[in-house]
Amino acid sequence: MLAALGIQTVLAFIFLGFVFNLAALHAWIERKQSALMQDRIGANRAWITLPWKWALPINWILMPFNKLGLFHPIADAIKMFTKEDYIPPSGNKFLHTLAPCLSLFFALVGFAAIPFGNTIEIGGRVISLQVANINVALLYIFAMASMGVYGVVLAGFSSNNNYAVLGGLRASSQMLSYEIAIGLTVMGVVMIYGSLNLQELVRAQGNYLLGWLPLWGVVVQPVGFLLFLAAGIAETKRIPYDAPEGESEIIGYFVEYSGMKFGMFFFTDYLETIMIASLATTLFFGGWQVPYLMDAGFHFPWGQAISLSPLLVSLLQILSFVLKVLFFCWLFMTIRWTLPRFRYDQLLKLGWHYMFPIALANVFVTAIILLVIEGM
Amino acid sequence: MIKTKIVHRPKLNFWQKLYFPEVFRGVLLTSRHFFKNLILHFFHSFGLFRRIAAAVTIQYPEEFWKLPSRLRTRHRLTKREDGSPRCVACMMCETVCPARCIYIVAEEHPDPNIEKRPKSFDIDLGKCVYCGFCVEACPEDAIRMDTKILDIAAYSRQGMMLDMNELLNPTTFIPRREASRKS
Repeated sequence: MLAALGIQTVLAFIFLGFVFNLAALHAWIERKQSALMQDRIGANRAWITLPWKWALPINWILMPFNKLGLFHPIADAIKMFTKEDYIPPSGNKFLHTLAPCLSLFFALVGFAAIPFGNTIEIGGRVISLQVANINVALLYIFAMASMGVYGVVLAGFSSNNNYAVLGGLRASSQMLSYEIAIGLTVMGVVMIYGSLNLQELVRAQGNYLLGWLPLWGVVVQPVGFLLFLAAGIAETKRIPYDAPEGESEIIGYFVEYSGMKFGMFFFTDYLETIMIASLATTLFFGGWQVPYLMDAGFHFPWGQAISLSPLLVSLLQILSFVLKVLFFCWLFMTIRWTLPRFRYDQLLKLGWHYMFPIALANVFVTAIILLVIEGM
Repeated sequence: MIKTKIVHRPKLNFWQKLYFPEVFRGVLLTSRHFFKNLILHFFHSFGLFRRIAAAVTIQYPEEFWKLPSRLRTRHRLTKREDGSPRCVACMMCETVCPARCIYIVAEEHPDPNIEKRPKSFDIDLGKCVYCGFCVEACPEDAIRMDTKILDIAAYSRQGMMLDMNELLNPTTFIPRREASRKS
């Protein structure tokens, strides 16, 4: 019992470390990627160089990090921690402090249910590479994602600022409309694989269609995948769907926030991006599955086989999960820096008039096809 | 009667209304830039293909924009062959200056062939509008605006005052590396 708890804690720390570092790196990815996409260079002035002569080799090692601007997230953190933390005197002090914590908390706990690898065997003990093996993991993740809205709404409400309230209201209505679309698109996947348990769902995606095509979610649910991407980006409250934040009109629910509390909201955005990226990976891109990699090694459909040790297989699977998540992070960042933002009415119209009916139709068609296949 | 021309919004066709193909095209365009610049930056770090720029950025303190030769920059006073200022304190520039930022105090010149010389010649850069009228008005070609000094900044108003010595010998002039990029 205690050993199991210890293992789970270690797994949680490993995964949390990955997620936290990736979120912090997102500040850097965002700057650099937008710069490259717009033919600029991007922030590269936060240098760390030691002034002493003996530190020359250290400086030499630090040089590429300096030139790439990798110390800018650290500079950001220092700036945010040392800035004045202002609470509007007419606002609610307790709720104002609670809101960013709630936002961050609910963005983080969702990651517990994401499987980042198959089972691994260490010392005769079989460990499932997942922080919490929940039977209704998908439900749990969406519940946590919806709870995250509380942080945003509370932030808008407790600031005693009209713009903040507007931002909070927009956030709640946007989350509501897109949560429905997202839930319905995911239903298609759940119907096909027949499980809400994410680990089971990923294992089911290890099968092959016609013997060679990996039975990933994107293969059997292409419309669902596109809808999930579109609605998922709405969940992150980033640019094509940034009505709650809307830097160009209302500043959004965090107008009255400064210092690290604002930083926490910012961090939550990145965490939600990673959350949607890992969900898209898990549901539609086979999670930790590597094509043609079985428990004993590669088995290609043309008959060739490469046998690998179980540990190497596990490592490859974890690497595959990480790479897929990174790809989706890149894709979301590209979309964020490509598209202009929706107006508020366009946003709700897209959610209710287009995504919701298409998602419903998707579920309907999937059900009919499943029935036909079962009947055959 | 003014004729108005009504410009209608362009009608979207079916594929544009679907929105996804257009998003895909947009992402394709931006990611083409992204990967091109990424590969170029990668090669640049090994010193390859330096000729092809990966970004339009000019990294200011290290790189410098190649200035047009007729650009009006900070003033200087030209010298005679013996090193004394060419200025004869005729007050033309002070008179023509629309910002009234030139302050000249004249005195007798020891050479009887030259009537006057400036005892002091101050320019308040905080007031100067860089119109170049002083250069045009000068009959002696004594004042020019060709130092190529652009980064003028001071912590006080007094710091923006240039005296005659500073104008004759622009000390804050930092010899720039030849601009590595074409303007």
